[in-house]
Amino acid sequence: MKYLDEFRDPVVAKKILDEIHVVTTQPWVIMEICGGQTHSIIRNGIDQVLPKEIELVHGPGCPVCVTPLEIIDRAIEIAGRPDVIFTSFGDMLRVPGSHKDLFMVRSEGGDVRTVFSPLESLKIARENPDKEVVFFAVGFETTAPGNAMAIAQAAKEGLTNFSELVSHVLVPPAMEALLSSPSNRVQGYLAAGHVCTVMGWDEYDPIAKKYEVPIVITGFEPMDVLDGILHTVKQLEAGTYKVENRYARIVEQGGNQAAQALIKDVFEIANRKWRGIGEIPASGFKIRKKYASYDAELKFSVGDIRTEEPEACISGVILQGLKKPHDCPAFGKECTPQNPLGATMVSSEGACAAYYKYQRILDK
Amino acid sequence: MCLAIPGKLLEVFEENGLKMGNIDFAGSVSKACLEYVPEIEIGQYTIVHAGFALSVLNEEEAKNSFDAWDDLIDRANAEGIEMDKLERPD
Ligand code: SF4
Repeated sequence: MKYLDEFRDPVVAKKILDEIHVVTTQPWVIMEICGGQTHSIIRNGIDQVLPKEIELVHGPGCPVCVTPLEIIDRAIEIAGRPDVIFTSFGDMLRVPGSHKDLFMVRSEGGDVRTVFSPLESLKIARENPDKEVVFFAVGFETTAPGNAMAIAQAAKEGLTNFSELVSHVLVPPAMEALLSSPSNRVQGYLAAGHVCTVMGWDEYDPIAKKYEVPIVITGFEPMDVLDGILHTVKQLEAGTYKVENRYARIVEQGGNQAAQALIKDVFEIANRKWRGIGEIPASGFKIRKKYASYDAELKFSVGDIRTEEPEACISGVILQGLKKPHDCPAFGKECTPQNPLGATMVSSEGACAAYYKYQRILDK
Repeated sequence: MCLAIPGKLLEVFEENGLKMGNIDFAGSVSKACLEYVPEIEIGQYTIVHAGFALSVLNEEEAKNSFDAWDDLIDRANAEGIEMDKLERPD
């Protein structure tokens, strides 16, 4: 497949890896933000062939992992109502809420359906005028354009039985929150390529300057990840801290302007809670007042929900790059992808699930 | 929910007033909304997230990456660094 296999060429990948070995002279901690990159790193064993001075820590860029428990519980409550068809990306169905997950709601008779796009959810709303159709709008900047479009389109068509339960989070505020934490270990970032596809990368310049960290935008293929690491290490070794775009075949500096315009029309910036991390100011989106009738949280007053995280789960510190999955006593024992205790074991983008799948159980 | 691989646009059509297309991802074809990439042409590659094409792959820049990597190999050879013989941690 064009533009895919070339970026998986083992010979070139090895040359880039060799160059990383040549330029590395001292220990560095680098975080990849994006869960897709975490998956690629573990699947390809990139962390195991790097110079031992370089430690990769896995960031919070997995939407399934950081959606707060309260929102999952709200989704479960709404999905259980007899007049509701609840639609969601497949990953979210297995995320454990306080007492159950969306799959259990389905087995108890709830109409919970998996969709690949919010537009499919709109279609279900058109076809079921007597039902309330709710879409679980989670994710980072990459899913926001679609979720905004579905609301704008519903408004254009005058659909009144469609709404979204929104839990949208933004990457740059989380990067900043991690850097400003007293326990921070991150010295350089691999920025999430596809987030930049939407938003561009102007937001990263002030972060790189303020915290003196190099930020290198890269993709998901082994060569992209290695190339991103190489350029981060080069900057670290040289003492520079610039934003570098190493994914120029996909990312433009200004991002996708049309997507940004519609996101701005439908959503406004809000404080958001991140599962395992806590509240980060101005770190997400909520639906603007003018589209309030499409906001499932307002439409279904779900009231106060008291949540309980399983005590054993340390996914919060894993998402902050402070611990690795195999540091968790439950990893691979009580907690497996078949029976996940925490959200990082659910999605393939979650660090625990990636470690489990590629058998990093015994590596310490 | 994040599909990280580029797909090739096969055809364009309209659905409920939105510009849509069928896109081939390494052999499996799926539908995506093209409203955010109005400039895209059939045969071009695009990145799709949750049913929305977000960016058209820039073929020139893809080539630039390869050139830079070729350069890296040439430079290493010129400097006499025998990369293949470097120690690998086990
Ligand atoms: S292994 Fe399971 S319990 Fe442990 S941190 Fe990961 S998700 Fe939580």
